Amino acid sequence: MNIYLAALLKVVGVLAFVLGNAFILIWAERKISGYMQRRYGPLRVGGPAGLLQSAADILKLMAKEDFVPGGADLWLWWLAPAVALVPAVLVYLVLPIGRSFVLQNLSIGLVFFASVTSFTLIGIFMAGWGSNNKYSLLGAMRAGAQLFSYEIPLILSTIGVVMLTGSLTLQRIVAAQANVWFVVPQIVGFLVFYVASLAELNRTPFDLAEAESELIAGYFTEYSGIRWAMFAVAEYSNLFTTSALAVTLFLGGWRPLPLLAFIPGWVWFVLKTYVLVFVGIWIRWTLPRVRIDQLMDLGWKFLFPVSVANVLVTALVLAVR
Amino acid sequence: MEKYLDIVIFTVAGALFPLLTVVGTAIIRRRYPDPVKQGAYESGEIPFGDARVRFHISYYIFALAFLVFDVESIFLYPWAVVYLHLSRGLAFGEILVFVAILLAGWLYAWKKKVLTWM
Repeated sequence: MNIYLAALLKVVGVLAFVLGNAFILIWAERKISGYMQRRYGPLRVGGPAGLLQSAADILKLMAKEDFVPGGADLWLWWLAPAVALVPAVLVYLVLPIGRSFVLQNLSIGLVFFASVTSFTLIGIFMAGWGSNNKYSLLGAMRAGAQLFSYEIPLILSTIGVVMLTGSLTLQRIVAAQANVWFVVPQIVGFLVFYVASLAELNRTPFDLAEAESELIAGYFTEYSGIRWAMFAVAEYSNLFTTSALAVTLFLGGWRPLPLLAFIPGWVWFVLKTYVLVFVGIWIRWTLPRVRIDQLMDLGWKFLFPVSVANVLVTALVLAVR
Repeated sequence: MEKYLDIVIFTVAGALFPLLTVVGTAIIRRRYPDPVKQGAYESGEIPFGDARVRFHISYYIFALAFLVFDVESIFLYPWAVVYLHLSRGLAFGEILVFVAILLAGWLYAWKKKVLTWM
């Protein structure tokens, strides 16, 4: 097949998935938070269990007036949603969805993922600075502080997996988990990775960048309607892809549970990922938001030494084995 | 080459998609610009001043520490990839030295109160 056509098909598929994922997660987040607070969540809009709520939301967002804040830096303000969405789409390239189903099996998959996701901050910062709004600026600054503090534990917690596998290719990392999922030997790495990834995603309890009770909406205070929707789509997509990376590195990727191998691998992959997404939503309605100094302390004074110790202990165990 | 073609096409598509969506859905919107509506949102107050003020970036030094530690943690990747093929005692000793230097820098930063949010 023509390589241009193949690439185009891939990108259309990924964009369709990104939108479908946002459609499901808008509804799921509301429904789950509803049930966790002993409410019903969306119910009246139509569809099974109010599933059409997402459709109504999307229509509303498209039809909302698109106004530009007067003092905004127009270039930055216009381009920020695009910059935020690019890394969200790019990371799908390296995710190993099934046994032989990966869009592009890059040999540096893990480093590619880590480096591309940190570009999200540039979009956030463009939005925060370009809006010329004090809340936005503070939100963007906090997002920066958060990324600085949690990027290092995030990277260090994956080193143990790389040591056990001897490869940065995500497909090989899944292949190496044939006997035991890496969550067993790397439980510390998994916990550090999960906490750090919640912080990278700006999700509660680390959602200081958009803390609604202090900063209105943080860096996208001045965005409304369809432009805001683009940020939301990117965020839900990042929630999925980061959970998918956790599944790939620690929870066996597309590998089935014993006795259930007749279910195809990609189903397992998506299923495990959505279980982790559910845990993320669960945490959101369980824990209160941390303070900014607690956030920095947790990153620098706890997760960093723990992840370094995890690397050393893994190395020692592999050396004496 | 094909691998990089994919990356280029994904980047372009990811950037064009939001821009085209914003432009493409413009026909179902109305627009009534208004100076009050277009002012910066400050919880309903009339905004005073600009957001472009001299701003205390509390984590300026955090950012410098981040740069150092981030580069050092990237150095660990090549070591981790080949670890099982090296003579392990030696490789472990080497990384112990590397991490000791890293941790010395980290402790120094802690003692200098660089890691305290102000």
